[in-house]
Amino acid sequence: MIEGKNISKSFGDRPVLENVSVILVKGQTNLIIGQSGMGKTVLLKCLVGLLVADQGQVFYDGREFSKMSFNEMKEIRQEIGMLFQGGALFDSLTVEENVMFPLSMFTEQTLPEKLERANFCLSRVNLENANKLYPSELSGGMKKRVAIARAISMNPRYLFCDEPNSGLDPPTAHLIDELIREITLEYNMTTVVVTHDMNSVLEIGEKVYFIYKGKIWWEGDKNNILQTDNPELQEFVFTSELTKKLRPVKRG
Amino acid sequence: MKYLFHFGRYLSMLRQAFQRPQKQSIYFRQILVEMEKLGLASVGIVAIISVFMGAVLAIQMAFNIDTPLIPSYTIGFVTRQSVELEFSPTIISLILAGKVGSRIASELGTMRVTEQIDALEIMGINPAAFLILPKIVASMIINPFLIAMSMLLAVGGGWIAGIFTGLFPSSEYIYGIQSFFHLYDIFYAFVKTVVFAFLIASVSAYNGYYTKGGALEVGEASTNGVVYSSISIIFMNLVLTQILLA
Ligand SMILES: Nc1ncnc2c1ncn2[C@@H]1O[C@H](COP(=O)(O)OP(=O)(O)OP(=O)(O)O)[C@@H](O)[C@H]1O
Ligand SMILES: [Mg+2]
Repeated sequence: MIEGKNISKSFGDRPVLENVSVILVKGQTNLIIGQSGMGKTVLLKCLVGLLVADQGQVFYDGREFSKMSFNEMKEIRQEIGMLFQGGALFDSLTVEENVMFPLSMFTEQTLPEKLERANFCLSRVNLENANKLYPSELSGGMKKRVAIARAISMNPRYLFCDEPNSGLDPPTAHLIDELIREITLEYNMTTVVVTHDMNSVLEIGEKVYFIYKGKIWWEGDKNNILQTDNPELQEFVFTSELTKKLRPVKRG
Repeated sequence: MKYLFHFGRYLSMLRQAFQRPQKQSIYFRQILVEMEKLGLASVGIVAIISVFMGAVLAIQMAFNIDTPLIPSYTIGFVTRQSVELEFSPTIISLILAGKVGSRIASELGTMRVTEQIDALEIMGINPAAFLILPKIVASMIINPFLIAMSMLLAVGGGWIAGIFTGLFPSSEYIYGIQSFFHLYDIFYAFVKTVVFAFLIASVSAYNGYYTKGGALEVGEASTNGVVYSSISIIFMNLVLTQILLA
């Protein structure tokens, strides 16, 4: 379980997060949703310590992460897998080297063992026959999938995904959602997914936080999000023609 | 004030970089990779510049001492002294600051703005130690070889110039480059080289490592890396010359 307590963060005099508290439960997929520019990525980065929050605390299974020094953080970080919004693949390494990289740094595995693991992770994101390519030779969606494979290569206890399926076609997006849910259950991970894709919300939203104007505006899950009477969330949820049809009819 | 901030942050970057590496084997491989990227790739340009500058130095010297009062072996002697004391350690280091410095700054800058450095950090790797230290160590190992090569080629360039122009006899030149040789001068030259290598790698790394923004800022970081490492070389040249030769 990851707990963020009263996190505030501003850039200059522009507040982005104000007193945000979240509880991210183990063994389930926790979603952070919200419109573009609302601070989802900033929240994720505060949780993993890439940004230092102005105020607030973060706990990883009771360990107070926000107070730790870089060296103390290292231990927890080796249990974190993170997918960045832009992929953040290492340009100078091939696809398989990217996926094997954490294994090379932190395990004593032999090359065949690492390769086997890399191929396994790549097959889970449906990416075969791209092993020897460099990131510059990949499409946007392929980069994303390699980045997911790298994030899960160490079997992390905590998995953070910043928009895992933006830029992917619907079947692949669905596959990634499935994969995230599967491995979360399989390894009892604490998974945090940032998204603005309503399909994902309805598929894997076991816990959903809606961020609006720097605050947690609504929290719930995939089963009650469609019944919301929160106007800002309604606007977010019922934008597409498809979801408009799902909108509950107003009574009265 | 601004300079103090940068100097403080530079020192804190160095402190982070000089920490025990995660895994020795990977770290040594990184040093070899950097030695190839930063050193071997510069052999060509250093060689060409050295031969031509040595030739020009010798020819200018020959024109300047066009009097029978000064023996012509002086041409060899002065060419060697200029090359050994100043031209190879300082000018070639400045050239390397341009070539290697921009490379280091833009590589790290790109890694920063595309979140590759964040990705390292999130894995629990110390990005400064992983990325910067191998570059510093590799430069400090490989630059002395480049400078030594430059010295030999520049002195050789002067000799070739003599043969082609007929301005001074080859035997006099060879006698000249062997006279009044002080080992201490070589020591001075290599101390400078190693210090400059450290400055090139660390100052340009600093400029790249803290890049904020996008492609535009990476370009800026690369330029700044060259400018500030050149300035620091010029400044340290003065300081070291005072300390070592005064
Ligand atoms: N390093 C930074 N410096 C200054 N402002 C920043 C920085 N990072 C983010 N911001 C600002 O914080 C706000 C929230 O950004 P964030 O990246 O968290 O949005 P987001 O919710 O992830 O949006 P998207 O869905 O488009 O990714 C934005 O207004 C952005 O301009
Ligand atoms: Mg974002």
